[in-house]
Amino acid sequence: MLGLNKKDTSLFLVIVVLTILAPLLLNPFPSETALAQFNAGYPDLMQRFVVFGIFAIGFNILFGLTGYLSFGHAAFLGIGSYSAVWIYKLFTYNVLPALVLAIIVSGFFAVLIGYVSLRRSGIYFSILTLAFAQMSFALAYSVLSNPKFNLTNGETGLQVYANDLQLFHRESLPDFPHLFGLSMGSTYKLGAGPWEFQFNVAYYFCAIMMILAFYFAIRLFRSPFGMMLRAVKSNQQRLNYTGLNSRPYMLAAFVISGMYAGLAGGLLAVTDPLAGAERMQWTASGEVVLMTILGGTGTLIGPVLGAGFIKYFENIFSKINDQVLHQWFTFLPDGLEDFLVAIVHPFIGKGWHLTLGILFMLVVIFLPGGLVEGGQRVERAVRRLMRRGKAADAANVSAE
Amino acid sequence: MSRIELSRRSMLKAGAAGLATPTVFAGAAWSFTNDPQGGAVTLGFNVPQTGPYADEGADELRAYELAVEHLNGGGDGGMINTFSSKTLDGAGILGQKVEFVTGDTQTKGDAARASAKSMIEKDGAIMITGGSSSSTAIAVQGLCQEAGVIFMAGLTHSNDTTGKDRKANGFRHFFNGYMSGAALAPVLANRYGTDRKAYHLTADYTWGWTQQESIANSTEALGWETINNVLTPLASTDFSAYIAPVLNSGADVLVLNHYGGNMVNSLTNAVQFGLRDREANGKNFEIVVPLYSRLMARGAGENVKGIFGSTNWHWSLPDDGSKAFVRSFGTKYGFPPSQAAHTCYVQTLLYADAVNRAGSFNPCAVVEALEGFQFDGLGNGPTLYRADDHQCFKDVLVVQGKENPTSEFDILEVVEVTPRAQVEYPSDHPMFGGPEASLGSCNPGA
Repeated sequence: MLGLNKKDTSLFLVIVVLTILAPLLLNPFPSETALAQFNAGYPDLMQRFVVFGIFAIGFNILFGLTGYLSFGHAAFLGIGSYSAVWIYKLFTYNVLPALVLAIIVSGFFAVLIGYVSLRRSGIYFSILTLAFAQMSFALAYSVLSNPKFNLTNGETGLQVYANDLQLFHRESLPDFPHLFGLSMGSTYKLGAGPWEFQFNVAYYFCAIMMILAFYFAIRLFRSPFGMMLRAVKSNQQRLNYTGLNSRPYMLAAFVISGMYAGLAGGLLAVTDPLAGAERMQWTASGEVVLMTILGGTGTLIGPVLGAGFIKYFENIFSKINDQVLHQWFTFLPDGLEDFLVAIVHPFIGKGWHLTLGILFMLVVIFLPGGLVEGGQRVERAVRRLMRRGKAADAANVSAE
Repeated sequence: MSRIELSRRSMLKAGAAGLATPTVFAGAAWSFTNDPQGGAVTLGFNVPQTGPYADEGADELRAYELAVEHLNGGGDGGMINTFSSKTLDGAGILGQKVEFVTGDTQTKGDAARASAKSMIEKDGAIMITGGSSSSTAIAVQGLCQEAGVIFMAGLTHSNDTTGKDRKANGFRHFFNGYMSGAALAPVLANRYGTDRKAYHLTADYTWGWTQQESIANSTEALGWETINNVLTPLASTDFSAYIAPVLNSGADVLVLNHYGGNMVNSLTNAVQFGLRDREANGKNFEIVVPLYSRLMARGAGENVKGIFGSTNWHWSLPDDGSKAFVRSFGTKYGFPPSQAAHTCYVQTLLYADAVNRAGSFNPCAVVEALEGFQFDGLGNGPTLYRADDHQCFKDVLVVQGKENPTSEFDILEVVEVTPRAQVEYPSDHPMFGGPEASLGSCNPGA
């Protein structure tokens, strides 16, 4: 289907179904129960899942296929956001032009940065990209936000003010990013018994974008171009010795990857019309590396899983406080309750980094292929069990 | 199960409603966002728990928990007893029990907004409060305006919060850079004379600029000269390279427009260079830190002795409100509260009282109740919530690092309480966005 082989088609369909049903699937616990704390089915977090999914898919095209570890990808994320918000400020809240500009501008910067950085490989490439990203961060944070020439609004973040130009904005249109009048902020709330599900326009818009991005990534992975990138990863020197110039391929991969990041940055501005400089900081660049490695480098679905995993921890675990813990353990005797709360305390709330760090170490040590490898191991174990079961059945039958 | 209605027709209707109404949370059947139901009301406490301002965030969180306890009738009632408005009776807010959710802003605008959004969308928070830096406060304030909930700012000192970035749904009790300048300048002129030459080192971002501008203006008005203003990157940890040029610049006062860890490092560097033992232009060389906090002063240790700055509140104040607050905070946590804790506690009380007086949780009713509200007994003397920009006007404290501290909390002493009249400014002041800045109109959300 759609030019995909059977295995890819089923993977693609799984992704499509999961993203469409996410508002239901991510809200498994009724809203009044204590477990509702773990529900992730609210618009903001679901939007983050798919947007950072796109970011990680794009990063994986570079890192997973060619093995070039860019440590400055967040620069393109930030550039995408700034471009989108400038479209809001100058022209219209319609998201399509904003996204188009976000992709074009980030692609342009990717050409510049890629052209220079790709002259080196390995750690030198990583350092070069990191340097460029930190430069962009510094520019956005202070240099380009001085009162005389305010392009980024510095620390406060670029946002839309009531007295901005907004040439094509009309009274009848929402004061929020919209798609031809359909406000990205609208949410349809569906109550079903104790559950409440939220279907949000911006989420579905981003989800469609992610599905498209995912489809494009599959095609790219399976194309001759993708094969060339893999060749770069396995042995670039040998490739060069065969008389092939690998640099244009590398640059193309870098630019595509940068445009993915730009799209993700633009989508962040679609869900929330604000662009802040900290989106470009090296921690943000590091985060996408973590996402990709955690999910499974070089696999199709891995980066999406990794993005979801990290964003889930950042948003759910950081919000558990001692009060909540006491509610959970309230059935225990007082001393034991306090003891358990004291034990769990360092791992929740402000300690979410610690929990994430431990999980990351466990994954890297025991599942070097990331969450995808974990899934494959479980699958294999289940297969083996079933085969053994069948064999046992067969033995039983023959014994009878 | 009677609420399921996912027929094609109702979906179309919902779609049409989404098309027609340009609000953030369209499609819900409420008159405003997160109308509390079921006998409890949820407040969202959004503070930095990690990152450079984590200390301040932790103290803010303590204050919030104390405020919730007092609102629900627990503890000794703290400042509820001294507050001039008497609508708070320990029965929660409007008879609803107060519950809260917490989040980590990480001192980043994006993370702060994500955390605030999850409080609004998932936990049904009716009011968001917190922030320990101006960028997160401004970012979250904008979000609350869009979503239709009230934002009660915590520690944020930039002029912009109630200046060019002011919002109808946002309120600030804390003072700002302009007020620091207006309060500090006369004291400085009095102690150091009116013919001083000042050299500014300024953290290179919004807050630093607005504060530098404020201090420079106020001191120049009294005859000082600003020799130079050097912007330092926020991430700097070593300021020696910036201090050395000060020595030969002809300046005799160094103003450090730094906060948090930056201030601790730059002040330590300056003292290590022996600036304070020098003489320039025939006068003693002096250092000024316009925005002081006790937590910061503790970090800088010995170096703060004798150095002037300004602060919003200090635990040693002798009025009844401050004493009551220090007592209940100290009883619960074993040490005195910081100014960040104070402003957060007060903001929570002010919100609860405004809801009670308005008789409704509707953000627009709350805005109306807070605008132009005059109150007393919350530690700063008579205070006004100005309707034009939602900024509190009250006395400002000028403090000095103590020469002989008696404990690790007793680091600052109050030199002067600058009366409110001296720090007031018109709401269309050029440093606050000029005549263009506007609150917009209040947004009740759905």
